[in-house]
Formats: sequence, C-alpha cells, structure tokens
Amino acid sequence: KACTPNYSPGRGWPCFNTDPMLKRDGFEDILEERRNSSDLKYALRCYAPVLYKGVTPCKANMLKNIVLQSDQLHYVINQVSQESGEAPDIIQEEASVILEEMAHRLQISTVRFFAFALSKAFKTLFQHVCVNEEGIQRLQQAIQEHPVVLLPSHRSYMDFLLMSYILYTYDLALPVIAAGMDFMGMKFVGEMLRMSGAFFIRRSFGGDKLYWAVFSEYVKTMLRNGFAPIEFFLEGTRSRTCKSLTPKLGLLNIVIEPFFKGEVFDVNLVPVSISYERILEESLYARELLGVPKPKESTSGLLKARRILSEDYGSIHVYFGQPVSVRSLAQGKVNRSTYNLFPRHIPRKPMEETQSFVNDTAYRIVRLQEDNMVLKPWVLMASLLLQNLEGLELSVLTEQTVWLRGLALSYAAFLDWPDHAPTAKVVSSSLALHRGLACVSGGRVSLVVGEPLGPVTPEEALFNRAVSVLSCASYRNQVLHVFLRPAMLAVAMHTAASSKKNEVYNCFSFLWDMFSNDFILCPGDIVQDFEEACYLLVKTGAVQMPQQDIVMTDIGQPTLSFFNGLLEPFLQGYQVVCRYLCEEASEGLTEKQYIPAVRSFAYSVLCVFTGNLRCYEVLSSDMQKNALAALLRGKLPTQKALLARL
Amino acid sequence: MLTSDSCLSLHKHGSSMASDSNSSESQRIAQQRLRIIAGHLQKHKDDDSGTIATECKAEANKGTVPRKRQEIMKWNGWGYSDSKFLFNKKGQAEFTGKRYRLSGMVLPSLQDWFENTFGASVNHKSPATPALNASAVPPASLNEAFVEDLKATGIPFSHEAEDRVFRAHGHCLHEIFALREGKKFERVPDMVVWPNCHNDVVKIVELACKHNVCLIPYGGGTSVTSALECPPEETRCIVSLDTSQMNRILWIDEKNLVAHVEAGIIGQDLERLLNESGYCTGHEPDSMEFSSLGGWVATRASGMKKNVYGNIEDLVIHIKVVTPRGVIEKSCQGPRMSTGPDIHHFILGSEGTLGVVTEVTMKIRPIPEYQKYGSVVFPNFEAGVACLREVAKQRCAPASIRLMDNEQFQFGHALKPQVSSIFTNFVEGLKKFYITKFKGFDPHQLVVATLLFEGDRERVLQHEKQVYDIAATFGGLAAGEDNGQRGYILTFVIAYLRDLGMDYYVVAESFETSVPWDRVLDLCRNVKERINRECKERGVQFQPLTSCRVTQTYDAGACVYFYFAFNYRGLADPVHTYERVEHAAREEILANGGSLSHHHGVGKLRKEWMKESISSLGVGMLQSVKDYVDPDNIFGNRNLL
Repeated sequence: KACTPNYSPGRGWPCFNTDPMLKRDGFEDILEERRNSSDLKYALRCYAPVLYKGVTPCKANMLKNIVLQSDQLHYVINQVSQESGEAPDIIQEEASVILEEMAHRLQISTVRFFAFALSKAFKTLFQHVCVNEEGIQRLQQAIQEHPVVLLPSHRSYMDFLLMSYILYTYDLALPVIAAGMDFMGMKFVGEMLRMSGAFFIRRSFGGDKLYWAVFSEYVKTMLRNGFAPIEFFLEGTRSRTCKSLTPKLGLLNIVIEPFFKGEVFDVNLVPVSISYERILEESLYARELLGVPKPKESTSGLLKARRILSEDYGSIHVYFGQPVSVRSLAQGKVNRSTYNLFPRHIPRKPMEETQSFVNDTAYRIVRLQEDNMVLKPWVLMASLLLQNLEGLELSVLTEQTVWLRGLALSYAAFLDWPDHAPTAKVVSSSLALHRGLACVSGGRVSLVVGEPLGPVTPEEALFNRAVSVLSCASYRNQVLHVFLRPAMLAVAMHTAASSKKNEVYNCFSFLWDMFSNDFILCPGDIVQDFEEACYLLVKTGAVQMPQQDIVMTDIGQPTLSFFNGLLEPFLQGYQVVCRYLCEEASEGLTEKQYIPAVRSFAYSVLCVFTGNLRCYEVLSSDMQKNALAALLRGKLPTQKALLARL
Repeated sequence: MLTSDSCLSLHKHGSSMASDSNSSESQRIAQQRLRIIAGHLQKHKDDDSGTIATECKAEANKGTVPRKRQEIMKWNGWGYSDSKFLFNKKGQAEFTGKRYRLSGMVLPSLQDWFENTFGASVNHKSPATPALNASAVPPASLNEAFVEDLKATGIPFSHEAEDRVFRAHGHCLHEIFALREGKKFERVPDMVVWPNCHNDVVKIVELACKHNVCLIPYGGGTSVTSALECPPEETRCIVSLDTSQMNRILWIDEKNLVAHVEAGIIGQDLERLLNESGYCTGHEPDSMEFSSLGGWVATRASGMKKNVYGNIEDLVIHIKVVTPRGVIEKSCQGPRMSTGPDIHHFILGSEGTLGVVTEVTMKIRPIPEYQKYGSVVFPNFEAGVACLREVAKQRCAPASIRLMDNEQFQFGHALKPQVSSIFTNFVEGLKKFYITKFKGFDPHQLVVATLLFEGDRERVLQHEKQVYDIAATFGGLAAGEDNGQRGYILTFVIAYLRDLGMDYYVVAESFETSVPWDRVLDLCRNVKERINRECKERGVQFQPLTSCRVTQTYDAGACVYFYFAFNYRGLADPVHTYERVEHAAREEILANGGSLSHHHGVGKLRKEWMKESISSLGVGMLQSVKDYVDPDNIFGNRNLL
C-alpha cells in the first residue's frame, strides 16, 4: 500500500465538478402557480413534449411487439427451450406473459388525473416544491439529442410520482419508471401507476434467464428508440437512513450496454437529487430499522396514511443535475471494439473492464446526487443534538449551529439557509417543524422520546429512545457526505500512533475501507479522498501539515472533536458487532439468524452500559448489515485489533 | 496524340454504355459480331508481337499516360488539365473539356446546392497557387554511383523538380491542399525512373541494392493513404519507380480466359485494349481512369462490378514481383492451389513495401452482351439497407448495387445538367410528384439505390425483375435508368468536384470501411454523428456535409463509403482540423465493428491502428516477411508496418 499518497489527476472525470466553489442553479417553486390558478385547467392543458430526434410516441402494444420479435429474445427463447425441452411457442408464450406483467401502459388521462390529485395533495403537504429550472432546460436539450436516463435519489414513495409530476409541469416527455413488484400488491393503485408510466420488475430473478431477457430487452428497446426517458433508482430501494445507498448495477448495465454495442451514439445520465425537509416515512423508517416489519404496500394502508395529510412537511427541493454523457465517461476506459467479435443479440456477461466502468459510473452518479442535495438548517442541528443526547441549552445550540453552518459552507454544502432571517428565528422555526423529534423545555433542547402508556420494560424504553435517535440520525445522515472525508481524517489523526502523514494515511485507509458499505466512497478514490480531506481541514485552519506530519492547530479543537463525535456512533456500532462476532456468534450462523441475534446482543450491551455507551444506532439493521459486510470483506483478526484501538 | 487517343476511347466507352440499353436487338447483335471480328483481327496482331513480348519495346508508348504526367494532368488537383468544374460569370456551374458525358454542360442547380449545403458563396474564392514554385522543392540529393550505373542501362530517368514533386504525393486532402497553397515540401523523391519492362525493373532493383538507394514504386498516383509520401527521415537517395510505361498486354489466352499484362497499365487502357479483342476484366474501381494494375494488386483493390467479376484477389492468377531478394512467382497457372499459405497474399496489399509488381496474369471475360442501369427509391435509409441485405442473402446482387443516403441523393440531383426539352422536365416533375406526394416519401428522408445489370439480355431482364420485386417488399419504387446512371457518373466526377470546393473554402475527403450487415445502420449513424460533433468541438463554423453510401454487398457484410466536407472559413489550420475529425471518425468506425479499410489500404495514414486491427502477432508475421524479403529496406516507403 502506498504510504505517501500520490494524488493523480489523471483519473479525470470530465463531467464531475469537484470544485468546492461549485456553482449551482437557483430554484423556482412550482406550487406557487398551482396556488394561484386552477388545478383542473392545469391537469387538462395541452401537453406536447418534444421527443428524442422527433420520434413519434409509440403505443404500448407496438413496443411489446418489438420486444417479443427481437433477435435478442428469440435467442434466449430458443436457448431456454433447448435446455428445458419445452417447445419454443410455450416459452414464447411465457415471455409474453412476463412482458404483460411488466410493461407500462402509459395513458395521458391517468397522468392528468395524477396531475390534478397530486396538485391538491402537494399543496396540503408541502410549503414549496422547488425545482432548478436551468436543470429542466438542460434536460429538455438532452432529451432531444440522445436517449436520457433519469436517476433520482430515493428517499420516499413520493419520489417517482413527484418526478413525473414535475416533468408533466414542464411539458417534458414523461419517463417510464422501473418499479418494484411490491406495488403490484396494491391492486388499483398498481394499475394506476402502470398507466402513469411505471413498469414492474420482480425484486429478485437471479437465475431466470427468460425473465432477465424480457426485462433487459424491454428497457433497451425503449432506450434505443428514444420513446421515453427511462427512470430508475440507482440505490435500488428507498434509503431508510437518508444516507445514500451503495448503487445497484443491474439496470445501469442494461441502459449503458446499447452505447457499448454502438446501437446508440450516446446515453445521457441525469442525476436528480430530491431533498425533503421532512420525510413522510420518517418514524416508519426508524421502526423498520429496529426490526418492526415493514407494512406491506396496500391500498388500505395508503388510505390510512391519509392522516399524514394534516401535517406540515416543509418543502421539497428537486435538483436536476448536469447530464452526464456515457460516451465522454467511457472515453479511454472501455474499448468498444471488444464487442465486435460477438453477435450483439446474444446475451453475455459484461467484461471486467466494462463492469468496473459501470461500477465507477454508478458511484459517481450517486455522489453527484449527494452533492446536489439541499440541506436545511435542521440537519446541522440534528448533528449537534446527537452528540449531546442529554440535551443542550438553546443558546448553545444556536451558537454551535451558526458555527457549523460556516464549516458546512466552507465545505461546499448546498445549504438552504433563509436569507436575512435572524439565527434565533431560523433555529426556532426548524424546531417547530420537527417538534415530533426535539422539544425545548426550560431553555434546553432535547430529543423527544415517545412515552408509551403503562409499565415499560427496560427494553421498551431502549426501543423508544432508539426510535427517536434513529429518526434524528436520518437528518444528521443527510450532511454526512459533506463532512465524511475530513471526519475520517480527524478520527485517523486521533487514533494514529503518531502524527506522521503515512501513519495517519494508513488509519484513514482502514476507516475508508471499513466504511465503504455505509458511505459512498468511489472505488479506487482512496488517495484522492485523503488529499481532499487534508485540503479541507487545512483550508478551514483545523490542521496544518508541516513536512511529513499532520497536526492539529491551536484553533482546530472544536472542528476535530465535532468530527470525532460525528463518526462515533458508527465506530461504536462496528465495535459492538465485532464484539458480538468474537464473543457470541456460534459456528454456522446463517445470515437470516444474524440480524436478530446481533440485535438482542446489542440490546443486552446497551442495557448494561447505559452510562458510557450510547450507540443506539447499532440497533439499526442497516448498520448491522454494513458492519458485517465490512468485516467479511476484511481479515477479522486485524480488524479486531484495530477496532480495539479505536 | 496520346490525349486524343484516350479521349476517343472514353467517348466510345461512354457511348457504348449509353446506347446499348436502347439499341434494337438486331443492332446489338451486329455490334457484337463486329466486336468479335475486331477481336480476331486484333489477336493476329498480338500473336505477331507475342514473340517480342518479353523484350522491352523500343517503339513509342501507346498508353494514355506520358512520362511527363503534367503534360496532360493537373499538378495540383485531380485528373486531366482540361477537365474541371467552375462557376461561370453567371454563377452557374459548368464542367469544361470534352472527355466526359458531363463535359461542356451547365449544371444549373449546383450553385444553390453548394451554397446552401456549405454556407459557402461563389463570391468567396480561395484560389490555388497557379504554378509550382521550383524553389520550394528540396534539391535532389543524388547517389552518383547509382546514377552512373543507371545511365549505362539506358533506362530513362529525370531529376527535374516537376517530375519529382508529381510523384511525391497521392490524392489525400492534405497533399492536394499543400500543393494548392504552394507549401514547402519536406521530402520528395530525388529522381524518377521509367522502366519499360520487367527486366528494366530487375536491373533497377539490383542497382538500388548495390548502391543502397531507396525505391518507391509509383503506379497511377491515386493513393489516398499517404502511401506515396516520402518518409522525411529517409536520408538515402529516394528513387521513384514509375511503372506507367510498362503498359502492354503481353498476351491473351482465350482458352483459359486469362491475359498477361504489364503491371503499369492503367485501368482505362486495360479495358480499352481488351475491349478491342472482345474482352474485359470487369475490374472497375472508381479510380480506374488513372489507377494501375500493379497498384490494385499492391492495395487489394475492389471494383464496382465485383459481384460478377470479383475483387482483385479473385481476378489474379499469377503475379510476378521483383524484390531485393529476387523475383517471386509461381510455377504454374493452376486456378487454385493447396501449397501452404498463398504467396500472392503476401503481395496483395503489400503497398510497395516488398517489391515491384511487374507482370500479372488475370482473368478476362467476354464483353457482356447487354448492360442496363436502374434505380430504386426507398422511403428511408433503413429500408434501403434492409433491401440490400436481402439481395445479398438471396445472392442475386446485380453487377453493381449501391445505396446512396439522402444527402448523396440530393447531391446527385444538384449535378443534373440543364434539361434540353420541356417534355423531359415535365416527366421528371411527374416522377418527383409521384414519389414525394403520392407515395408519401419525405424528400429529406428518401434514399436511392443505383443498379447496374450485365449479361445476356434475357437474363438481365429476369434478374432486374427479381431485384425490383425484392425492393418492392421493402417499399422501394423503381426510379428509372437515368437516376441510376447519374449515380455512377457521380463517382467519376466527385474528385473533380473536390477541386471546385477547394476553390471556395470547402475541404472534402472520402473514406471507407467494411462492416457486418447487422451493424451497417448503427455504424453509419454513429460515424456521421461523431463527425458532426467533432466538427463542432473543433470550431468548424458551418454544418459539415456527412454522407455515406453502401457500395458493395457481401454474404456477411457490406462496404460503406463516407463523404465528408466542410466550409473552413474562420479556421486557422483547416487541414489539421480535417485530419483530427477524420481520425475521430476512424476510431468511431473501429469501435462500431468496421474494418480499418475495405480497399483504400493503410499507407501511412492508418498505420497506427494496424496492431489493433490484426494483433501484434499479426504485425510481427508481416514484419518477418518484410525482413526476409527486403532486409535493407530498399523499398523504404514505410507503409503498413
């Protein structure tokens, strides 16, 4: 491993702006017009979006026919028929059934219905729905030039309705959206979604060749012919923690392949960042992470959720990022001519070069999503509150929030801090919006813990406490991507045996590797991330780097200790998991048993050490899974030794 | 005398093509009989001269090309000095001279097309330097000992600047542009020799080896791969070995239908002379007016009518090559051999790096009884390609079948001469109305396939019907013989048109590739898009013209030919910009499954991609042949490897 990190700018990703003074567009509130004019008129207005190179929109049935008659599908049908001994017609019929179950049936009337209903709902739920119009203009341009893939972040069920709503509002081509099959459970709603452009895919179909062939050909046909932008969630599922999830590559592979095969000149990937000031599913997520089963998607469940309509969820910011050209990204990274010697209609596992390109691309896109997430003052306050679980003087909180705001801004956070409002006002209105999470009493701010009626077992108390901590953490998590690299450096400095740069780097790289399931760390970027962390800490005066050393400055203490505190829950959580595996875990533990077992171990640890161990977050199944993955990746003994040191 | 001779032949050639199709049956039979009689008479003459065939001729040369090429050809452009396009005082385009069917005609729509397509104007001229500036030519650095020995052989040679410069280039854009601008040459041949026969070549190569002189074979000079460019780093005396005077048909063997020909003969002379005996080779590359038999062998040339006659590698039976190690040839003329790898395939495509091709025995065929042009209009390029693919699948391709894209279709229309009678105009108008209005074809989408059928009359008509029936299933509509013929004329005058463009700030070039059927459409679209994008990124102010056509069909794929042109006003270094765009276009071709070249060759222009194309082991194999045959790099043009 390189001791002296060597930042190589040669990895240049032309489309990614890592300039800390990143210029971002302004926003426009699309609800404003909805509040001032008729929703019905809006839902019925003329809708005539421009399409890719002026293609005429394709009827859903025609699309199905193209897919069923494609060489690609025929090849797999024959293959499956030979393997299974079934006649090709029967397999063909199966394929047709799969496609029927999958395909969207976009209908403008349904879209208009949603346009009307969502206008009403959004106006009740949200103060503002803000969109960067420049991003919309760029998107409009991109749609005409090359096939477009929309890649929004995924925090809420609301995401894809919101996306379609916005595109309809701006008279842009409506996307077709890859949705999980679980929606299909909601009979009526599932069909409604289908008619508004969703197509449904099974959550897992690993070995099913035919399913994969139908699915990938369906997506590619839509992409190649440019009938509609394709939309899917790189993260694969809603992030329950509000941290970005490490990307899933299946669909990205599918949409990029037509470029490698020369079937399209280019593909534009458009990262979209959807930031919610308050997430509708906030406490639901915390409970889910703590092991309360996720409510099954059902229409009646949706109706029950109506009570959320009476609450204020603040505002939503939707940022359409710069379209990323796959062609420019792949320049010099993937040799397309390696596709020349194999018939293009025969499915083939992507080559290593391609796989790592797609993986890299996925990470870059998720980072772009992160970069353009709009942060509210509350996420800073939540970060501070979580480091002071016993509560905090309001004045201290205010003061520290102002300090943290400065730090965040100098790290290029996309912070939506109200102009010209006194700080106290900003803090109090944030507290008011999130009154379910934090309250002020006697000048002290502390987390709200749900008090169930009747006698409470220690476990129940712990559970309630954990719900409020995890809910609060989902806000802190939103700012993590801004502070992550310097924070890891701060921890590395804290734990390294000396201040020698290479020792600190070794610690940093240990942390980097360990946390690569929890945070978005682009594969291979370790040196670059270290350099960036150094640069940022030096820039804000917390650290200086004489010769081969990295040392804290006189004024560095608050910053470094804040960063240490920021990552502490993660470090403690990993330690607990590590202890569990070393002390308790029996041989032959299955993955299914692991989560409940580690959870009850964590409960017992927390009950005993309520004093100094406050890592409620280790109760989160998300952290448990990530920690396990990290430990499985590394060599356990070394990790244990190092964890003990932390 | 030479000039009028060739002029006559071309006219004859042209008119025979034109009249055959509409002559009555009896006339046609009479012509055929006359031709055969003429053939018999000719043969007697050949038999007489057969005894002296192996000796070098002393009598005056009968070929089209004189030693002083500049006497009849442009020194800084394409073709004959007397033939060129110009915009006359009225702003109308005309084609000067008397050699071609378009010669002396006014082309009323060309100016509009030219100005609209390129954003150019007939008022913005970029004239060429009028004459060669001899002081811009590096002085000849002669190997005196070689010159002395050469003199003793009596083989003619020259070291005049004009002769040397003429052989320092082919017809790449950058070469012609440099000539027009009067740019200084870095390296040109130091002298030119004109061997008259195989034995002369043997002597020259022996002397070159003895005195360590670099030889660069020169045939028709139509290379578009920088193959004729002298390597600037070459310090030895460079001798251009001009084969143009080795241009006799040595014998014709009617029993086996082969002819033994000196390799310096150019395409038009070969066809003309064979026609006199009632035969043809059927090998008609677009450059056949000027390119030579030896050049075809050295570059693996392909002819328009390869569907009937085959490409050059299918046509040659025997090749004689003079190399520094001696003469390579086979011992018999068996039509196929299993004697290890075919040594002809070391020669075919060797691009002058191994030796000089001096004599070739190639297949000949009786002149076809009947020829007919045709054309089919398709609603779009996709339909056209699908049709060509089907024709290839059914293996019923006519002698030639080419699909021009919409840009080229419009270009072809811009070359329509002034119509002589109101009636033809009216008919044309009706046709256009029928195609665009009645059939609902979009004039900005429709494409045209041009066809050429050959054979006996009945078969041709039958064949024609078969092809038109296939076309109809892809929405193709027969569009007449004229449109077809115009398509083929375009290929002969396109190079002249480039000179016109360069007079008005427009640079243009063509390049080609071969590609599997399933990738034809994707490759065409992506290459065009890449060119457009690269032009934009490199500051080209005007929309470039990018156009392609499918020119050959094979069982497993097609040959695609691209034209690319842009208005370079506002660019500091248009040639550099052009070269970067062409480079990018070639990369795009390779990334889309196209080959490095279908028939132009590699030269020095595309050397950088050889390893990628044939693997480094493949390059090593070629290199080891080179090392064995020519260890001192006497044939030092540095092409290919």
